[in-house]
Amino acid sequence: MIKFMLMVNKQGQTRLAKYFAEFLSTDERRALEGEVVRKCLSRTDKQCSFYEHRQYKIVYRRYASLFFMVGVDDDENELAVLEFIHCFVEVLDKHFGQVCELDIMNEPEMVHYILDEMLINGQIVDTNKANILEPVQLLEQVVS
Amino acid sequence: MASIRLRDLIKAVRACKTAAEEREVIAKESAALREAFREQDQSFRHRNVAKLMYIHMLGYATHFGQMETLKLIAGSGFPEKRMGYLGLMILLDERQEVLMLVTNSLKMDLNNTKNMYIVGLALVALGNICSAEMARDLAPDVEKLMDCPQPYLRKKAALCAIRVVKKVPDLLEQFVDKAAELLSDRNQAVVLCGATLMLQILELDGSLVDKYRPYVTALCRILRSLLQLGVSPEHDIGGITNPFLQVKILRLLRLLGRGNAESSDAMSDILAQVASNIEGARNAGNAILYECVQTIMGIESIGGLRVLAINILGRFLANRDNNIRYVALNTLAKVVAVDTQAVQRHRATIVECVKDADVSIRRRALELVYSLVNESNIRTLTRELLDYLGVSDTEFKPDLTAKICVLIQRFAPDRRWHLDQLLAVMLQAGPYVKDEAARTLLVLLTNTPDLHAYAARAFYRALAQHYETASPILLTTGVWVVGEYGEMLLAGFGGPLLEGEPPLNTSDAEVVSLLEAVLRRHRSDAVVVEHVETAAMKLTARLPSQVARLRSLLGRFTHSGQLEAQTRACEYGKVFQHERIRGQLLERMPALDEAEYLRQNGILIAGAEQAASGSAGGAAAGGAAAAGAGAKPAAAAGGAADLLGGLDVLGTPTPAAAPRALVDDLDALLGGVPSAAPAPAAAPGVAVPVPAAAPSAVSDDLLSLLGGSPGPAVPPPAPVPAPAAAAADPLAAILGGGPPAPAVSIAPPPAAAPSLTPAVPSPGAVTILAWQAHGLVLNFALSKPNPTNAAVTEVVAVATNNGAAEVTDFTLQAAVPKFMQIKLEPASGTTLAPRGGIVSQRLFVNNTQHGEKKLVMRLRITFTSAGGSAHEEMAEVSNFPPGF
Repeated sequence: MIKFMLMVNKQGQTRLAKYFAEFLSTDERRALEGEVVRKCLSRTDKQCSFYEHRQYKIVYRRYASLFFMVGVDDDENELAVLEFIHCFVEVLDKHFGQVCELDIMNEPEMVHYILDEMLINGQIVDTNKANILEPVQLLEQVVS
Repeated sequence: MASIRLRDLIKAVRACKTAAEEREVIAKESAALREAFREQDQSFRHRNVAKLMYIHMLGYATHFGQMETLKLIAGSGFPEKRMGYLGLMILLDERQEVLMLVTNSLKMDLNNTKNMYIVGLALVALGNICSAEMARDLAPDVEKLMDCPQPYLRKKAALCAIRVVKKVPDLLEQFVDKAAELLSDRNQAVVLCGATLMLQILELDGSLVDKYRPYVTALCRILRSLLQLGVSPEHDIGGITNPFLQVKILRLLRLLGRGNAESSDAMSDILAQVASNIEGARNAGNAILYECVQTIMGIESIGGLRVLAINILGRFLANRDNNIRYVALNTLAKVVAVDTQAVQRHRATIVECVKDADVSIRRRALELVYSLVNESNIRTLTRELLDYLGVSDTEFKPDLTAKICVLIQRFAPDRRWHLDQLLAVMLQAGPYVKDEAARTLLVLLTNTPDLHAYAARAFYRALAQHYETASPILLTTGVWVVGEYGEMLLAGFGGPLLEGEPPLNTSDAEVVSLLEAVLRRHRSDAVVVEHVETAAMKLTARLPSQVARLRSLLGRFTHSGQLEAQTRACEYGKVFQHERIRGQLLERMPALDEAEYLRQNGILIAGAEQAASGSAGGAAAGGAAAAGAGAKPAAAAGGAADLLGGLDVLGTPTPAAAPRALVDDLDALLGGVPSAAPAPAAAPGVAVPVPAAAPSAVSDDLLSLLGGSPGPAVPPPAPVPAPAAAAADPLAAILGGGPPAPAVSIAPPPAAAPSLTPAVPSPGAVTILAWQAHGLVLNFALSKPNPTNAAVTEVVAVATNNGAAEVTDFTLQAAVPKFMQIKLEPASGTTLAPRGGIVSQRLFVNNTQHGEKKLVMRLRITFTSAGGSAHEEMAEVSNFPPGF
């Protein structure tokens, strides 16, 4: 299962963090994020998208200035997780239209809503863009 | 203070140039939020919680806002609830009591009939954070929602159920059938969630496999339909229908087919279809192939199917994409236990991967290589690994070195190979080679006389070429070997060269020059210097023509600033005054008991540490220790009581007084005497040139032998005669003559000393540690005063005060079992001066059942320590060596 998902920019600033199933204290979280991000940023483009850290396997993918990092446990299909990250980014793209780091930074709650339509407790709910965005956009209409 | 928007807060934080500035902004905003919460401000609650989440993400405390999320959830509007639940998931965790308060709101929202999105919110929140209590309360609602008409809720309810059953496994029962029903759902997302739920249930309770086996056909049908193009375009990714669902089903099939031939058979068709039809051009396809291969290897599949899977792995391994190679290695690692042959076929590629630029791949590959090595491929694989060792990054070296050493040890086809490879490892990655590896090598070496000359030449060559850059472990091992087998380096002494060995032209002068070169280069490394000194001393017996040079080499250290080096130099210098015995002292080390060593390997290492700590006490007690006591305080402290059986042979003053070279030998004897197990304290000292523990232990003991001044802080060179040192025997001469000792018995003529067999009755005193506490150490020097009556033992009890305060009113009383008689002579005093003060007392014990029962003694020790507090201590001494 997926244990956590981080969105971090090139400078190592966290733009979004979501944890599943395990609750870490603020300090533990900071330490973990720091280590994971440092390791990730030190990897080159040529290296594979996976590395191990503590009990987690980190699957990451970079989109422009933003890294999407997903911590999974040992028996997750790494390639499928990679595909899921891409799927998530496509959904964000469809919602924001050419999504960029600023969108995610300025509307973290919206990104959370979208993620909640895709993942519950670290398991995939749905990957169909229309299904995911329907309730999200419905609210947009209500509010505006 | 006016409330700012989330966006403004983000802007303010971004504008901060330092962490301190950021903290200040956050502190200010937190204060504003607190204020707003206190005033029960309704209008901005939504925005405030959003800001809290942002602050939380930055890693600051947000506990003060938890109640606000609950208020939002309790509100009626969807936007408020949504923000409330989001806050609940992010800001709270299941340990907090606040969660209890939310159960009721959740229940109401789960039962909301007007707005399914509100129900969806509640399900997501429950699925992410539900606690055991909540699970019990809300399980029926979740179960009901799995049947509801909206797929939007069914899929979420299914995943929510996972959390519920994980928290409360008792509830598993009611979801078992429900999960299976979801497989026939028309909505693919629901099927995916149903399959996920089934997987989790199986993980929680493996016995349910039988219950789910009938669904294999249904799962195969779903998989088959997914293989058809265009069946569900809305879940299409790169021309592959819903790869996530395919992966889940393949995994589920793996669990269902494992260990069951019938199910495995039923799914083999579809697995073959997946394996051959899915295209590996895109990541999504590879994800499915990856899962499929694991399933094929995980179930009872037929040979043909396996071949298909192995071929896919082969393709993966050859792929240029690093991700694909990574998963290939990952799969092979899982497969290697099932089908080693199949993995062996890819050995060459795997070894290539060990050299990959990517650390993730290297690690995987190394693990794999490690499990692939066997007797038949050790030579090639080790060569590959060694090649790589030379170029690998520093970060990777310790791990790699350790693995290579273990492999060499485990699979070495012969000893020469073992030696060659370990030497190569030491040359390439010396700093990472563990002491144990070198130690094992030396144990093997001492047991293989055929290799002595070869080893000497090999290490000589290595040192001669690389002495400037060699690591300490290579230097110490090499110097030891050269010292031990030095004469074999000379043409005509070392026997014929082994096959493939280049000839070595050297002279005895060059051997000594090498030692000098090593010394010049590594003067500051104390351990290396000590080893060189010992080797030089041994070489005086091996290379007679070089004695003068070696002697001057040693002589240089008599004024060394390094205590240990100086001590050795002085001790060895003394040996030259006894030419008669020098040759015997420096004889070759006897072979170590190899089987025993290997068996006890683990214990030995632990023992070395013990001995090290024990030796501290031994050294402190040094002033009082009688000749022959050498290694014994340490040994005794090391808990090796039976070792002493071997020791009494050595209790002769001569070897004990003989310095280091011999002490090495001595230790060897301790380990080597067949009757005595190579006990913890002794053996490490033997085989090991390096470990810091052993040399220091030995040297401390030596110091004490030579009568190092009383007290722990031993002033360096001048060997002060010990109060209890031996008199009227060669020892006394060595020590420069000391006052007649009350304790030590007469030594046999030196010539008899090096005798190895325990059968020779030895009149030397053996010292054991009888008791130790409060800074006091009580040693017993044991001897047989009457050679014709072995039943009588003379015990010289020497108490030493290592503490910083004076001890007064010291008395020692001893009691023995009825079949023994004991006679105590008056003690030498009752006061022990601080730091080394001594009281000795002589006891005679007559053991009427000598030979049947060992000595045993109960002690009562009373004394008054500083500050006037009286102590009374009881102790039982039962660690008398055999023969007493």
